Amino acid sequence: MSNIALEVRDLVKSFSLDGATIQAVDNVSFQVRSGEFVALVGPSGSGKTTLLSILAALLSPTSGQVLIDGQDLAKMNERERVKLRREKIGFTFQSNNLIPFLTARENVEYMLRLNGALNHGSRIRSDELLARLGLAERLHNLPAQMSGGQQQRVAIARALIHNPAVVLADEPTASLDTERAFQVVETFANLIHENGRAGIIVTHDLRMCQFVDRVLQMRDGKLVRIIEDKNEILEFAGAAVH
Amino acid sequence: MKNFTLATYLAIKEVVRNRGRFFLVALVIALITLLVLFIAALGEGLANGNRQYVANLDAQLVVFLEKSDYIISSSRLETNTARSIRRVEGVDDAGAVYTSSTEIVSLPEPLKVSLLGAEPGRPGMPPVVAGREFRSGEARETVIDQQVAFRSGIQIGDVIEIRSTQGVDDEFFELKVVGLVSGQSYFFQPTIFVPPSTWEKIRPQSDSELSSDTPFPNIVAVRLTDPSQADMMMTRLVERVPNIEVTDIETTINNIPGYSAQQGTVQAQGFFTLLIGILVIGGFFQIQILQKVPQIGVLKAIGSSNGMVGLSAVIQIIIVTALGVGIGGGLTYLFSLGFPPTIPLVFNGARSLIAVALLLSIGPVGGMVSIIYAVRIEPLKALRLG
Repeated sequence: MSNIALEVRDLVKSFSLDGATIQAVDNVSFQVRSGEFVALVGPSGSGKTTLLSILAALLSPTSGQVLIDGQDLAKMNERERVKLRREKIGFTFQSNNLIPFLTARENVEYMLRLNGALNHGSRIRSDELLARLGLAERLHNLPAQMSGGQQQRVAIARALIHNPAVVLADEPTASLDTERAFQVVETFANLIHENGRAGIIVTHDLRMCQFVDRVLQMRDGKLVRIIEDKNEILEFAGAAVH
Repeated sequence: MKNFTLATYLAIKEVVRNRGRFFLVALVIALITLLVLFIAALGEGLANGNRQYVANLDAQLVVFLEKSDYIISSSRLETNTARSIRRVEGVDDAGAVYTSSTEIVSLPEPLKVSLLGAEPGRPGMPPVVAGREFRSGEARETVIDQQVAFRSGIQIGDVIEIRSTQGVDDEFFELKVVGLVSGQSYFFQPTIFVPPSTWEKIRPQSDSELSSDTPFPNIVAVRLTDPSQADMMMTRLVERVPNIEVTDIETTINNIPGYSAQQGTVQAQGFFTLLIGILVIGGFFQIQILQKVPQIGVLKAIGSSNGMVGLSAVIQIIIVTALGVGIGGGLTYLFSLGFPPTIPLVFNGARSLIAVALLLSIGPVGGMVSIIYAVRIEPLKALRLG
C-alpha cells in the first residue's frame, strides 16, 4: 500500500466580507498518496485556489487539519511553515514562476541551495532533469529568453529537484497553447509517477485531466465529486474536448 | 550563515544580470559622492586656510587683551605682556604674535599674504622645514609658507618686495627669504613671517601709528609646562597678568571672524546634499522593490525566509552604494587634479573620511523603507493567490 503524502481532514476556510461569512472551503477531506497525480477542478470561485494556498502552507485554515508527510500544518509557527515549504513542497504558479535574473539551471539549483543540498551529484541530477524536460539547450538562458512553455518546464524541474513530498501546480497551462499545455502536463505527470511524489494540479482546462489518476471536483467550496476510475476520468477529460 | 551566503548569491546575481540598471543607480550615487566630497574638501580647505596657523601653534593657551572677545584682530596687548606671562609659574614659554596682511609685488601676479610677526624660537614661530629662522631685531629677513613658495616660485635666497600703505602713501620693502615653514595659512592667505621690529616697520599703518616704533602684539601664544593643567593656568594667568583674557586654541579658532558661520554653512550644504541623496536612493530602491513584488512572492513561497529576502536587499544596496561611492571617489580625485591651487580643496582631512562613511550609509538608510517593505511582502498577495 502506498504512503499517504497529503491528508486533508474536515478543512474549513471562511472569510468575512461586508459582514457576511463566506465559506471558501467547506468541510473538505481527501488524501493523496505518494506517486499519485490528482487534478483539482471546478468553476471560478469554487475554492480550489484557496484550498491550494492552504495546502502550500501560505494560508491558515479556519478549522480542520492538513498533514503533509505526517506533519500537521496547524501546529506549526511561521518559521516551521517556511521550512516545510522549502523541504516538503514543490510549487509552480500560473506565471512569474521563475527568478528573472537566474538562468534555467540556476533557478532549479536555487531549490538545492535553499535546502543546503547543492553538490556535484545534485548538479548533474538538475541538468538531467532539465534535459528530460527538453531544456538541455536552455540551461544558460534567462527566463526572458525562453518561451512560456519552457519557463513552465523549468518551474516543474524546480518543483521536483529537491524531492518534495507534495508538488502543487496552480494553473500551469494557463498561458500556454494547447500543444504546449499537453506536453507540460504529460511530462509533469510522468515525473510525478516516476519519482513517487504526490502531485496536485489546479486547472480550468478539463482536457488536462486525462493525465491524472484522480479528479477532485469542487463547487461552492465543497468537494462535490471524486472520479477515480481511469475510464471515467478519460470520459470526463474527453467530454471537455468535444 | 546559510542565509547570508544565499542572500549574497541572489544579490550579486541580480546586480550582475541587471548591471545596466544598477550602474545607473550607482552613477547617481557617484554624482552625490562627487558633490559631497567636494563640499567636504572645500570645508576642510576653507577651515585650513582660516585656522591652520592657530591650529598648529606650539602652545596650549592664547592670551588676548581683556574684553577683546577672543578675536585676534580686536586684541592689542601691551608690548611687555609676553615677558610678564613667561614669569608665571607653570608657563614653559610664551611668544608674542603680531598679525597684519600685505602683498608680494615682485611677482608677475601680486600675491596677497598674511604678514605675521613672531619671535624666533618661541611659541608663535612655526618650525622651519627648510633653510633657517630669521635673525631677531630689525633684520629684513623672512620665512615664508611653503604654499607661497609653491604658488609663486619663490626660493630660499630670493629677495621679495612687498607693498605696504604707510599713512597715505604706498611704500615698498625688500625682504630676503631665508627659510620655509609648512602648513601656516591664516585668514585664507598663506603667510610670511618676520621679526617683530621688522613687522612694525613694514606693516600697513595709519598716519597716527607712524610715529611709534613699538610693536604691540595681538596675542601671546603660551606653552605650558604641564598641558593637562590648562584650565587652572587660564585662571592663574588672568590673576597674575593685568588686562588680559585667556582661552584655549579651539576657542581661538572658533572666534576667528567668519570661521564658525562659514563652517556652519559648509556643513549645512553637506548635510542637505546627503539628505537629498538618501531620499533619491530611497526612491530608487523603493521603485525597484515595487517592481519585484511577484519575484519576492515566489522566493518566499518556495521557502526563502523573510530574513534572507531582507538581507539580500541590504547586501544589494550595499554593493551598489559601495560601487557608486568608489566611482564618485575616483571622479573626485580626477576632477581635483584639474583645479587651480587658489581653490582651497583638501581631501586628506578627517572630514573627507567622515563624508565617505556617511555616503556609504546613505544607501542602506535610504533603502530602509524598501527593505522593510520587502520583508513584509506576503507571498499569497504577491502571487495574487489570495
